Amino acid sequence: MRVGVVTFPGTLDDRDAARAVEYAGAEAVSLWHGSDDLKHVDAVVLPGGFSYGDYLRCGAISAKAPIMKSIIIAAEHGFPVLGICNGFQVLAEAHLLPGALTRNADMHFLCTDQTLKIENNKTLWTNGFSVGQEILIPMKNAEGNFNCDDATLNELESEGRVIARYVGVNPNGSRAGIAGITNKRGNVVGLMPHPEHAIDLLTGPSKDGLTFFTSVLHAMVK
Amino acid sequence: MGKIIVEVMLKPEILDPQGQAVGNALPRLGFTFAQSVRQGKRFEIEVAGEPTQAMLADVEKAAEEFLANTVIETFVVKVEK
Repeated sequence: MRVGVVTFPGTLDDRDAARAVEYAGAEAVSLWHGSDDLKHVDAVVLPGGFSYGDYLRCGAISAKAPIMKSIIIAAEHGFPVLGICNGFQVLAEAHLLPGALTRNADMHFLCTDQTLKIENNKTLWTNGFSVGQEILIPMKNAEGNFNCDDATLNELESEGRVIARYVGVNPNGSRAGIAGITNKRGNVVGLMPHPEHAIDLLTGPSKDGLTFFTSVLHAMVK
Repeated sequence: MGKIIVEVMLKPEILDPQGQAVGNALPRLGFTFAQSVRQGKRFEIEVAGEPTQAMLADVEKAAEEFLANTVIETFVVKVEK
């Protein structure tokens, strides 16, 4: 199985994302923002960073990149896409996920290990978790405050599309403590904290993050 | 040469920590006039000749799709005289 990892100008976490893909047992394939070629991968990760220096809005310019045109078409047909941090912002700007990520309520850049509660294990990226499971993974962002209107929030909640929520104090003002969401079909997932940094105890606070990457492998070989 | 202006503001219900930080700093500088501050963006777009209706319609579309995120922002398109 081949999992693509997209590099935009200013992406930081593509190497860690590729490493997580390989730890999970898949082949990591580098994809370039300026090409529309998905290189026959079976899934795609949009990693974290500061693509285009967060110019205009976080993820806004990347959402219009040539590779995103191919990803949007594929995602609409059920292709698995995981957006982490800046990747989540790109997915929201590309309208593959609803809502928007805005500035953290307390003005701080957050950099901490964060406990999350998994609420949906039906998606392609979360099927290895159990509902209610608490995981500890790093979080680092200045614009992770998930915002959406009431109708969208009601839709997300009633359809069980919140995949993970912050445990304890809401770190950034996100509506309903939302850390991650999925689309209706469960193939596109956006998550603000960083599972790719929590796959090995040598470099992360836990190995909890690896389950996102093994989940998609499991889903694809079934 | 003409100039088209696009102004983008966060919707009133969206928290603006950046504007708040500016608003909180003003009194420290002795400026006591502000009850609140919200910060937006202004795009100045130079075009060849006087802006046409078709051009303005295109700018409107670009603002809707790209310059603003209408999930959280509103925008206004104007021609600068």
